[in-house]
Amino acid sequence: MMNLFVLQLLNGVQLGVLLFLIAAGLTLVFGIMDVINLAHGVLYMVGAYLIATFAALTGSFWWGLLLMLPAAVVVGLLIEVVIIRRLYARSHLDQVLATFGLVMIASELVEIVWGTSPLSVPMPEMLSGSVPLMGPLRYPVYRIAVILAGLAVAAGLYVVVNHTRIGMLLRAGATNRMMVSALGVDINKLFAIVFTLGAVLACLAGALVAPILSVDTGMGESVLILAFVVVVIGGIGSIKGAFLGALLVAVVDTLGGVFGPFLLRSLLDPAAAGQMGRVLAPMLVYILMAVILFARPAGLFGRRA
Amino acid sequence: MMSDAPAMRPAPRTPALAGRVKAALVLFVLFALMPPLASALNDPFYVLIGTRILAYAIAAMALDLILGFGALVSFGHAAYLGFGAYAVAILSSYGIDDLFLQIAAGIVMSAGFALITGAISLRTQGVYFIMITLAFGQMAFFFFISLSAYGGDDGYSLSQRSGVLGTDLLGSDYGLYYTTLALLIAVFVLCNRIVNSRFGRVFTGIRENRTRMEAVGYAPFRFQLTAFVISACLTSVAGVLLANQAQFVSPAFMSWHRSGELIVMVVLGGVGTLTGGIVGAVVALLLEEWLGMLTHHWPLLFGTFLVLMVLFSPRGITGLIERLGIGRGRR
Repeated sequence: MMNLFVLQLLNGVQLGVLLFLIAAGLTLVFGIMDVINLAHGVLYMVGAYLIATFAALTGSFWWGLLLMLPAAVVVGLLIEVVIIRRLYARSHLDQVLATFGLVMIASELVEIVWGTSPLSVPMPEMLSGSVPLMGPLRYPVYRIAVILAGLAVAAGLYVVVNHTRIGMLLRAGATNRMMVSALGVDINKLFAIVFTLGAVLACLAGALVAPILSVDTGMGESVLILAFVVVVIGGIGSIKGAFLGALLVAVVDTLGGVFGPFLLRSLLDPAAAGQMGRVLAPMLVYILMAVILFARPAGLFGRRA
Repeated sequence: MMSDAPAMRPAPRTPALAGRVKAALVLFVLFALMPPLASALNDPFYVLIGTRILAYAIAAMALDLILGFGALVSFGHAAYLGFGAYAVAILSSYGIDDLFLQIAAGIVMSAGFALITGAISLRTQGVYFIMITLAFGQMAFFFFISLSAYGGDDGYSLSQRSGVLGTDLLGSDYGLYYTTLALLIAVFVLCNRIVNSRFGRVFTGIRENRTRMEAVGYAPFRFQLTAFVISACLTSVAGVLLANQAQFVSPAFMSWHRSGELIVMVVLGGVGTLTGGIVGAVVALLLEEWLGMLTHHWPLLFGTFLVLMVLFSPRGITGLIERLGIGRGRR
């Protein structure tokens, strides 16, 4: 039982780290640009497809990863310049419609380019296999690598946001956009950087997850909504909130699915507990969101909504 | 003839109101004439598509009630379609197949869910509200996916359509079509009355200037929550009808894409016009059917259409439609 708990906890943390990569860009785009981007999940999917293509072309996961990054920059910039840039001054409703259209376009394009059958990405040689954890328990090296890579990116983001000039502008932009613009900062450039950074992070999450999941057209959807929940829980515009929110959501989601039925079994008879556990487990994250919002409408680290 | 309809309203008439009712009447007459035309063309399939369009028109109008008149962009309204649809599935599995009982059950479920989630969502505004309603919609979606007693992900087939007061009115496609049309008209009359009532004016006032309405002494939260619940209940009526139209119920009714499509319909037809929801449902669903015939990859074209509309019509899609003179009768 204890082993299972540790295992699932690690799985939760691994999912949380990926969710953070996705939610970080989303929360910055919301917080600084005040743009709601439904197409953020698409970027995660595109990242996975890009690495699948490049890894297949070069025969190496690492080259795939390396080539994926500049491609992600291009995709992000392209979307920003062609569509998102024109939405800054628009209502949220317009933003919802345009990015909803973008989701449709991107999903179909991916289907046209890569087909409907799922792709797989081979796991890099040096990260395959598993390591002993405690007692008889072993854990896949790759998943540990994903956790470490995610934490490294989070640390890097922390340094950039808190200790560089561009980070200062980001924080200032999230607090008061008008004021930053009035002080002579090229807000268009700042926005383009923020959006592209977010796009690259989402693509990176998709690329990292590609060797453990099958790469298919539906992968962006479930993640998008979870990332929304993370942003809402963490507070819009807060990187720290996105990090803690992502871990919280992922761990609750993972552990709830496994241990929810166990806990219920102590209250109900096994059949009812099983049934109820299955129904409740996928709703747990949203119940968590509801509870947190009830206490703090602006999220854990948000300013006023 | 136009002036009879508004006569029952206590609120003073304005040209825009008369325009709205006039536009709606034209639409309703056209809808009523459609089935005989379809049977003359010997293509009764149109009647089923027509039913689907009318049902979505109800949902879009219900959404417009809060989106257009209250600027509450709910991205979770497909959940209420699902509640209506599953009310049919669940009640009929217990042998209760009366349409009105099923509508009542859908309304009760929707009201409960909307009351709880609305109370939480309405504590926030703007982007937060959109994301939270989306998340709650998804929560309902997952609930029905894991509800294995009613087929879970695979859905649940209905052996027959609902009865109406013991008769098999909905057994024929025409009966279902005209019942749906009657309900659409009823929902329009109700929404129109709500919008013109004191309640509706306060609700619209909150959209225009929340602070001022608070200063005048109204509590925005209560008005918004009431409107949110009403809108949810009306949307579930559309769900009951859609379940009957397809004789099939599945969580796909509640996916977030469906919520997005409802918003698209409202905006296509014109926000805050009520009849816009009807026009939008017709335009969006016919466009889907048409593009679907052209290519298997129709979402690519539909998505491009959406993006171009938003980008190149200065006041959004509504502005373009207005310029073309379709979305008449704006407030």
